[in-house]
Amino acid sequence: MSKKIFSGPFLLFIICGTIVPLGVITFYGITDRSGAFTLENITAITTGEHMEALLLALGLALISTVICLVIAFPLGLILKDSKLGKKGFMVFIFILPMWMNFLLRTMAWQVLLERNGIINQVLGLIGLPDLNIINTPTAVVLGMVYDYLPFMILPIYNALIKIDKNVIEAAYDLGAGYRQVLQKIIIPLSVPGIVSGVTMVFVPSLTTFAVSNMLGGGKVNLIGNIIEQEFTASSNWNLGAGLSLVMMIFIVISMAFIEKFDRNGEGNII
Amino acid sequence: MALIELLDISKSFEGETVLDEFNLKIKENEFITLLGPSGCGKTTTLRILGGFETPDTGKVLFQGQDITNLAPNKRQINTVFQKYALFPNMNIADNIAFGLKISGKSKEYIKDKVKYALKLVNLNGYEKRSVDSLSGGQQQRIAIARAIVNEPRVLLLDEPLGALDLKLRQEMQYELIRLKNELGITFLYVTHDQEEALTMSDKVVVMNQGYIQQMGTPEEIYNEPENAFVAAFIGDSNIIDGIMMEDRMVKICGQVFPCIDEGFGKKKPVDVVIRPEDIIIGKPGSGILDGVVTSNVFIGVHYEMCIEAGGFEWLAQNTVSYPVGTAVSIDVAPENIQIMNKPQSEDEEALALDE
Repeated sequence: MSKKIFSGPFLLFIICGTIVPLGVITFYGITDRSGAFTLENITAITTGEHMEALLLALGLALISTVICLVIAFPLGLILKDSKLGKKGFMVFIFILPMWMNFLLRTMAWQVLLERNGIINQVLGLIGLPDLNIINTPTAVVLGMVYDYLPFMILPIYNALIKIDKNVIEAAYDLGAGYRQVLQKIIIPLSVPGIVSGVTMVFVPSLTTFAVSNMLGGGKVNLIGNIIEQEFTASSNWNLGAGLSLVMMIFIVISMAFIEKFDRNGEGNII
Repeated sequence: MALIELLDISKSFEGETVLDEFNLKIKENEFITLLGPSGCGKTTTLRILGGFETPDTGKVLFQGQDITNLAPNKRQINTVFQKYALFPNMNIADNIAFGLKISGKSKEYIKDKVKYALKLVNLNGYEKRSVDSLSGGQQQRIAIARAIVNEPRVLLLDEPLGALDLKLRQEMQYELIRLKNELGITFLYVTHDQEEALTMSDKVVVMNQGYIQQMGTPEEIYNEPENAFVAAFIGDSNIIDGIMMEDRMVKICGQVFPCIDEGFGKKKPVDVVIRPEDIIIGKPGSGILDGVVTSNVFIGVHYEMCIEAGGFEWLAQNTVSYPVGTAVSIDVAPENIQIMNKPQSEDEEALALDE
C-alpha cells in the first residue's frame, strides 16, 4: 500500500495531462456547436480541401523524414568511427540547434529565404539567379529537415555506438566486406534507433502548422494548418477537434505499423 | 616451412611499447599458446595476426607471403573472440552460416555444414535458437563453430574460456583438443591461465612486457624454466638465491645441494627453482636442511605447508600432513633442482620482472 502512494503524482499527471484533455477533445469532436451528437466533424476529413491538405502533409512529412534519414545515418556512422577529437563534442555540435527556440530557428530561415533575404542578396552579389523557394513546399521541407534533423541523429547515433565493436570485427573476420557488414550487421542492429528517429521526425512533420505557416506564407496548407485555423480564425472547435481525432488515429495506426516492422524486421529488412 | 612467421614486429599504443621486435614461427597443425599476464602483448599479437591491428614495424608472413597489410576479411584466419561476439540479430544457424554465405556456398552445403559444426560442439538441434537463449558456455561453443565451419588454416582464440566457470572450462579444454585433432587446424591460443596453457598446447610461448621469455613444450616450460619470471608465472615454486660452487654443486641457505646442472662457472650467483612438490620432508637430521613447519593448509590433493629452514620459507606440498610446529628436515633430489642465470643487466631484469 505504502508503495502505491508514490505512483500518485504520476496517476494525477496521466489523468490531468492525458485522459481529461483526450476526453474533452473527443467530446468536442463528436458533437456540434449545440452539443448534439454528430459524426460530421470526423467525416469532414473526406472533403476535398481537407483530403488535399492531409495528402500534402503526408507527402511533405515523408519527404522530410527520408531526407533526415539519408543525412543522419551516414553522419552517425562517421561520428561513431570518428577519431577527431572527442566524439561527444561532435554530437553536441549537431544537437546544439535543438536547444534554441524552435520558432526562432524557423523564423531565421524565413529571413534567409525571403525574396530580398540574405541568401538572395549574396546570390545577387556573385551574379547568380535568385532562389525563389520561400512560400513553396520546398521551403517547408527545408524547415522541417532543419528543425527535426537532431531528433533523427540522436537515436541513430545512440543505436550505432551501442553495437559491440567485437561483433563488427567478427563479421570482417568471417570474410565480410564493408558493404556486407553494413547490410547484415550495422543496419539491422540500428533498426531500433532508426524507428525512433523516423517516429520523432515523421509525427511532428505530419502535424506541424508553425513551419508551414512561416515558410509557406499561407500558400502551403497542411492538415495542421487547417486544424489550427478551425481553432483560431474560424472558432470552430468542434471541427478542429474532429480532425485532430482523425489525425491521432491515423498516427497511432502508422506507429503500430512501424513498430511491427521493427519487431519482425530485425535482421531481415534487407 | 613455417605456416606463419612474425618478423621483428613492434607495436606501441600512445607511446607505450606493447611488442618489441617480436619474432614467432608457427608450424602447420600446431596448438600454440601465448601465455602471459595482462598487458604482456599477447592479445596484440593475436590482433595483428587477425588483421585488426597493423604493426608499426615488422612483417607478418603467411606461407611465405607478406600479409601485414591484408584486410581481415581476406585472410585464411578466423578468430574466436573473448566475448563471443555472436550476431544478436541472427539465430544460431545464421550465425554459423555467416562466413559460408559470404563466400557464396550453396544452400545444401551450408545446411550440412551448420549441422556438422553444431554436432562438433555438441549442440545438435540448436539451429533455430536465439543467441540470448544460450548460456555463456553454449555461446562460446557457437563462436567456435562459427569460426571453424569456414575451414580456416589458422584459428585464433583470444581467452575464449575466460568467462566460463571452472568445470565448464575444463570440459571445453578437452573439447578444443579434440577439435584440433579432428580438424587438423592450427590453433593459436591466448590465455593468462597457466593451467590452460599446459593442458592444451603443443608449444607454449611465455610472454612478458612484449618479449618472449621462454618457448617450449609444456613439460619444458614447467620443468626447466629459463628465468625467474617463467618459474614464478608457471605453477608454484620456491625461487631462491644460490651460488653455483662448481659443476653439479649449488649452495643454498648455507648448505651445498647436489644438482645436475653444469657450465655455470665457479662461485657464480644464480637463481634456483625448486617446485613445492619436489621437496622431500623427513625426520630432523635426515635431509640437508632442518626446519620447522609454520603453516599447513589442506587443498584437496595434498597439504600445502610452509617450512622455515635455513632462513628461507619453503613452500612444500605433500600428501602426508606435518602439523604446524613439527621439526622436520628437507631434501631435494638433484634432478629437481633447476638452476637459472641471474639477469645480467637492468634491462634484462626488466624483462623478468615479477608481476
